[in-house]
Amino acid sequence: MPPNDLSDDAQQVMSADKAAVSRALNLVEDRRPEAHAHVAALLGKLKDAPKAVGGHRVGLTGPPGVGKSTLTSALARALRQRGRTVGVVAVDPSSVRSGGSLLGDRARRSFDPTDAGLFVRSLATAGEVGGLAYAANSAVRVLAAAYDMVVVETTGVGQSEIDIVHVADTVVLVIQPGSGDVLQFLKAGIMEIPDILVVNKADHEELARRAAADLRGALRTAQAVGAAGGPDIAWETPIVATSATKGTGIEELIETIDSHRRYVQTTLAARRRQGEVQWALDLFSRRHGEHGVSTLGGVAELQARAERALGGDETPLSLCEHLSREYVATLGQTP
Amino acid sequence: MAEYGKQERDKPWIMRTYSGHSTAAASNELYRTNLAKGQTGLSVAFDLPTQTGYDADDPLARGEVGKVGVPVAHIGHMRALFDGLPLNQMNTSMTINATAVWLLSLYVAAAEEQGVDRKVLRGTTQNDIIKEYLSRGTHIFPPTASMRLITDLVTYTVKEVPKWNPINICSYHLQEAGATPTQELAYAIATAIAVLDAVKATRRVPESEFGTVVGRMSFFVNAGIRFVEELCKMRAFVELWDRVTRERYGVTDPKQRRFRYGVQVNSLGLTEQQPENNVIRIVLEMLAVTLSKDARARAIQLPAWNEALGLPRPWDQQWSLRAQQILAYESDLLEHADLFKGSEVVEAHTRELVDSAWAEVEEVLKRGGAVEAVETGYIKQKLVESNAARLRAIESGDQIVVGVNKYVEGAPSPLTENLDEAILTVNPEVDAEQRAGLARWKDERDNAAVKKALAELKRAANTDENLMIASIAAAHAGVTTGEWANALREVWGEYRAPTGVAGATVKAATSEAAAETINTLRNRLHDLEARMGRRPKLLVGKPGLDGHSNGAEQIAIKARDVGFDVVYEGIRVSPEQIVASALEEGVHLIGLSILSGSHLALVPEVAERLRSAGLGDVPVVVGGIIPEADAERLRSQGIAAVYTPKDFELDNIMSDLIDLVDRQHAAE
Repeated sequence: MPPNDLSDDAQQVMSADKAAVSRALNLVEDRRPEAHAHVAALLGKLKDAPKAVGGHRVGLTGPPGVGKSTLTSALARALRQRGRTVGVVAVDPSSVRSGGSLLGDRARRSFDPTDAGLFVRSLATAGEVGGLAYAANSAVRVLAAAYDMVVVETTGVGQSEIDIVHVADTVVLVIQPGSGDVLQFLKAGIMEIPDILVVNKADHEELARRAAADLRGALRTAQAVGAAGGPDIAWETPIVATSATKGTGIEELIETIDSHRRYVQTTLAARRRQGEVQWALDLFSRRHGEHGVSTLGGVAELQARAERALGGDETPLSLCEHLSREYVATLGQTP
Repeated sequence: MAEYGKQERDKPWIMRTYSGHSTAAASNELYRTNLAKGQTGLSVAFDLPTQTGYDADDPLARGEVGKVGVPVAHIGHMRALFDGLPLNQMNTSMTINATAVWLLSLYVAAAEEQGVDRKVLRGTTQNDIIKEYLSRGTHIFPPTASMRLITDLVTYTVKEVPKWNPINICSYHLQEAGATPTQELAYAIATAIAVLDAVKATRRVPESEFGTVVGRMSFFVNAGIRFVEELCKMRAFVELWDRVTRERYGVTDPKQRRFRYGVQVNSLGLTEQQPENNVIRIVLEMLAVTLSKDARARAIQLPAWNEALGLPRPWDQQWSLRAQQILAYESDLLEHADLFKGSEVVEAHTRELVDSAWAEVEEVLKRGGAVEAVETGYIKQKLVESNAARLRAIESGDQIVVGVNKYVEGAPSPLTENLDEAILTVNPEVDAEQRAGLARWKDERDNAAVKKALAELKRAANTDENLMIASIAAAHAGVTTGEWANALREVWGEYRAPTGVAGATVKAATSEAAAETINTLRNRLHDLEARMGRRPKLLVGKPGLDGHSNGAEQIAIKARDVGFDVVYEGIRVSPEQIVASALEEGVHLIGLSILSGSHLALVPEVAERLRSAGLGDVPVVVGGIIPEADAERLRSQGIAAVYTPKDFELDNIMSDLIDLVDRQHAAE
């Protein structure tokens, strides 16, 4: 169990002490009810860390097999070369049958193990429908307090974007030439439009060009049918071609990610706040279901309350704790 | 008496013993005695640093020098290895892949020093880097660069060393990685197609001479205990190869279409329990590749009866050589025409194999060919799945292994009375001696010439010139194996192959008992997870240069199936990387797999680094070919458990692992 005083731990996390970061991640993964308050307290202490406020959280998502892990590796390596520190959360699917998982992606990462400026943690989805693991939201916040950039890597197309947009300042969707289904999702408006589109495995120039053209077409259709645009409608989704194995396009991707970060600078606080509101509601409804939500006045009411409450010392986790207590108390009152 | 089918006695196949250890001088002595015993060819086993392009002074070579083969770092070692063995009379097989271009360059350079014309050199370089990505794991560079090395060696030797077999397409290691006969046939043929297509694409060989290249292709095949099926597999190979060379490459000369192959019979099926039984297995497996005159091996090397225990001694290898000699010289096998022509059973089964293998070849071609199917992990995943099915069949008893899951009771064997003396141990001083020798070598050579040769090598690597030329020059200049490989690493980078485990699916348990065992384990793990708040997380690590990943892969998959979160990062992970992963991933347990015999160097190093990282409490278990005395030593140093090939029941291992995490949790 966690120690009683979390101040030292929070300090060590902020100074990117790997052992402390790892302990903090173990804590946020802890599903026991008695851990909830500790996690809330820890995240409360980390939320105003300089890196957390000024840093950048990037979500990298896309269908299986498009080379996201290799791309994450290449991205991390290039960022380290620029002297920026990086935390990676790699979310992998769990087996439905056993609940177990094989987190093999690190195999593609060949980093200097003594590099203090890079931290990689894999998380299993543990049966979460949305694609993001139970603890991923919190894990991102822990790493955000310690590193300049946090990259969350998730698998999936469709549902998971909705999840990832709640934790990421910039959502990068990775596809490879010939990902027809993604184009269909985009066109049909099933999928939210990402902030940046990457055509990976663009080893073959002609194929890459064609894929980029197809994507541009799909984006236009999506906008025409009024598909959910990202929160920043005026941002025109750039398309970057990369080859993670050859290392091409990585510099351009970093430039593009950075320019998106500059673009959202003025709206960042609102964007993150929105994500936190969603997270708080997700947490609460996961714990107490429809009944919990309706007992406390319904989705709109809870959303409004969360928007008011989050900001000061309240974090999504602590808010969820308070709402839970309130709900349990009402349960006590009704026979 | 009728002399039906009798004919003039056939020439026997080439008889070899895969050998080499400690130093070039020690291995040279071994080769001389082997030849004196009637061996007719040499088969050089190189140590892992040589195979993966590191010198003895590289941190990654720690514990591996001279262990599974001979270290050859420069032309001085090559000279010593063949001292007194005239290279114009030798037929030398070299099990070398990623560094094949380099080792052949050293061999050619050494021959030139002996005054031997390279045109008369005979032998084989394995040079099949594609299968290294799937099994064995001694690759260094990305696939494109590896294909370049393969084709450079092929196109060079076809012209310059015309009697050399430039490549041994290996289905051998595919079987070791779990391949079924169909898969073995299909992936070997697909690999050969990839190589020939790549050679064609270099445009270095005129169309009219392409048949010569095809004629130099040879294969290295495995033979398992189901020897009737294996016999049919060899016949299927002959048929498939004839078809491919004729239809795809238009080769008209039947001699150039011949399926030429060498064999090492199955080591994977050799048992640690009642190891003397392995002699019978080895002999039966040899029959599969010798009985058919129409599909007979051209060279055979047999493993030794005690390989599952550790490194075999000269006497153990001699016993295997005698088995070959008795079959070839005492028996009447070589007096007869093909024994199975017209056999309905053999022909029907051969047909089935040809058809199923061809369908899988087409599947691979549809996916862009062997190289692409390796890069996407398609083939690896297929192999991992087959291997899981095989192990499951042994564990459930569906597949009988005498002395292991049936007929286990028996009288104690006098052969293994003193187990620690029934294997060979490599002098631990070898490591330091090699480092000292290397320092002297670097001191005494012309370092300006070395620098120039390496610069030339890098320049050539950036063009499409044949790298053999710059490499032979580098060999003469005194360049070392590590320097050669590092120069090319700078140009091409390194590559980690897909592990194949993440997507592997395992069929549900076939019997009720097996299903219940799995459920019990899952429930225990689930209960533990509830108490811990977090699902137990296991790190499976393969430290050192050994690339035999079957054990690690199967443990990883099984652990996932009982409900662990498993972190598996593939082969050749350094102790530092293992500890960094353990720290960042927050694991509850670490399993290390080491088959190269370097456990006494690597395991304590991992343990020590864990302690320094504040992770001394995390239990560590080890699996591999580990003699009992070493296991005892590791346990006394705090290793929680040691598993060897006799621990084939994965369920029991899983149960132990859950206990370990539980006990550790209770202690906290």
